[in-house]
Amino acid sequence: MSPAKKKTTTKVKTKAKRRPGSEEWWELRLYVAGKTALGIQAFENLKRVCEEHLHGRYRIEVVDLLVNPTLARGDQILAVPTLVRQLPPPIKKVIGDFSNAEKLLVGLNLRPVKV
Amino acid sequence: MRKARSKSAKVRTLPVVKKAATGIEGLDSITGGGFPRGRATLICGGPGCGKTLFGMQFIMHGIAQGEPGVVISFEETVDDLTKNVASLGVDLAKMVRSKKLFIDHVRVDRSEILETGGYDLSGLFVRIGQAIASIGAKRILLDTVEVLFSGFSNAALLRAELERLFRWLKDEGLTAVVTGERGDTTLTRQGLEEYISDCVVTLDHRVSEQVMTRRARVVKYRGSTHGTNEYPFLIGERGISVLPITSVGLDYEVSDSRVRTGVPALDEMLGGKGFFRGSGVLVSGTAGTGKSSLAASFAAAACARGERCLYLALEEPASQVVRNMRSIGLQLQPLVDQGLLTIVAARPTLLGLEQHLVSIHAAIERTRPKVLVIDPISSLIFGDNSREVKSMLIRLFDYLKLKGITSVFTSLSPPGGLEETEIGVSSLIDSWIEVREVDRAGERNRALYILKSRGMSHSNQVRELLITDQGLQLIDAVVGPQGVVVGSARVAQQAEEQTAERQRQQSAAFRQRELERKRRVINAQIEALRAELLGSEDELRREVESSEREDGARRHQRQRMRQTKLGAKRSASEQS
Repeated sequence: MSPAKKKTTTKVKTKAKRRPGSEEWWELRLYVAGKTALGIQAFENLKRVCEEHLHGRYRIEVVDLLVNPTLARGDQILAVPTLVRQLPPPIKKVIGDFSNAEKLLVGLNLRPVKV
Repeated sequence: MRKARSKSAKVRTLPVVKKAATGIEGLDSITGGGFPRGRATLICGGPGCGKTLFGMQFIMHGIAQGEPGVVISFEETVDDLTKNVASLGVDLAKMVRSKKLFIDHVRVDRSEILETGGYDLSGLFVRIGQAIASIGAKRILLDTVEVLFSGFSNAALLRAELERLFRWLKDEGLTAVVTGERGDTTLTRQGLEEYISDCVVTLDHRVSEQVMTRRARVVKYRGSTHGTNEYPFLIGERGISVLPITSVGLDYEVSDSRVRTGVPALDEMLGGKGFFRGSGVLVSGTAGTGKSSLAASFAAAACARGERCLYLALEEPASQVVRNMRSIGLQLQPLVDQGLLTIVAARPTLLGLEQHLVSIHAAIERTRPKVLVIDPISSLIFGDNSREVKSMLIRLFDYLKLKGITSVFTSLSPPGGLEETEIGVSSLIDSWIEVREVDRAGERNRALYILKSRGMSHSNQVRELLITDQGLQLIDAVVGPQGVVVGSARVAQQAEEQTAERQRQQSAAFRQRELERKRRVINAQIEALRAELLGSEDELRREVESSEREDGARRHQRQRMRQTKLGAKRSASEQS
């Protein structure tokens, strides 16, 4: 499964000026299963953290597994919500509703960037 | 009609749990048809005890029955799984291509995953649901679901999620098999048995006397009776076979026809006709009493009738059996060449008991014999496994009877007593022939007798068994002053009896001659007396005749005289 293909996703939310190719560009994919409270909360938490730390340098792609169930296999998704950092490499996975922002930052390797 | 109605009424009043056959030989008979249909079955056990294979076989059988199956593998990759199952002759890739099977490898890697806050396992559910929907699966295998616990830290959440998963599978009507690692105090490490409680099977392998035996046990089965014992099972070339003791039962057909034993005198002892077809025969005896020779004679006789025979040699290689039997005039090699006789040699210690049983089953299925010889069953015993040997033999007997195979087992008994196996199996076998060493007057000889033979009149005599280069011979019992005599004592006894017989014959002839002589003397005397009598009679007759003649003459004279007197008187009157 080639990552970051727009047409395989249901909802694409782009939150910045496009600067693909840049090292600072972040490609995030959030897997959810339906419009659950956990999923919505996760998206909101993620958006907040990204706005704060990656303003203008990120894109969040939300994949609803109920709509695209086959996509679950490619990224080995078990739990939802799962956030997959596809860019910059290496691929990182964080699961949960990201209510703990600190952990999300660690999971996304955002700490060094901030420092 | 009435019968049918009452039967259907019974079915209505007793709703039975529907079963999904597993295709695992024996397991379906323990569980009365397989795993509960539409429910989940937990298979738990330690590493390497065959959990995955159990599950795979269940799925494969489902596919063979037209029920597509999904395999969710948490441990092995699709490639590994395909390769592992290929050893059983199953082509998974082909099944996947034909949409009968869907395999998904769910990789759980803790190092990749970081948890922040609440989550659930909907991702997994979606994957499973999609897999099921893609082929319309009826069966599913989750192997080993507990791996999830190593990937996620929130055990309580996982448990709740798994419970939800199993409930969902049940609602979907899928027959599921879930495997789990054995725990220290619980059946599974994560206590899965709490959620999957419709049917639980534990697998185990134990090493006893350096021999490993795998065992399976149905711990629980809701709404169904099941075999409760630990049943040994084997992973063979055709997959798993579980060997339940009572899978056969006692409702096999019996035959009235008889088969010759290969030793004519023994046939005679068995009512003149030999053993019943399909019966079990035990030949026991101490070392070197000719048990194997008896068994081989029986085998050769079967082949001579054109019946296939399977000879399991547990102590000798096949070539040695052939060579040894040649010395008593049994030519087994031609029978082997004709394909009538199959000699399978295996060291008892090479395989576990159950493996022996399965290899025997396999050999029987392969060669389809009418006659089976196992020489000897006593060598299966080592250590303290005699009870297991007995349970194995019971199952073997049942199987053989079901197949109508006449079987001869030899058993080595220690001098002066009976082996435990013999006591154990004696109630199972139909005919029991004992060959004993008779140690008397400086030599050892063999005495054969029939301990029992069900359902036929049989000789109660002890016969002497002679192993000659023309085969086995039984000598009629010779009874001496101290009971049955054998060997040279028998020869002496026979010589003695012959002398006595000769003497008896001689004296009889003498007496007869004497009698004859006497008869002749008496006859002569009778003749003499008769002649004497005749003489007397003659004399008497002559006397009578002469006296009669005299009487006549006198009468005549008197008449004449009267006439003369009358004439004189007349002439005198005339004159006057």
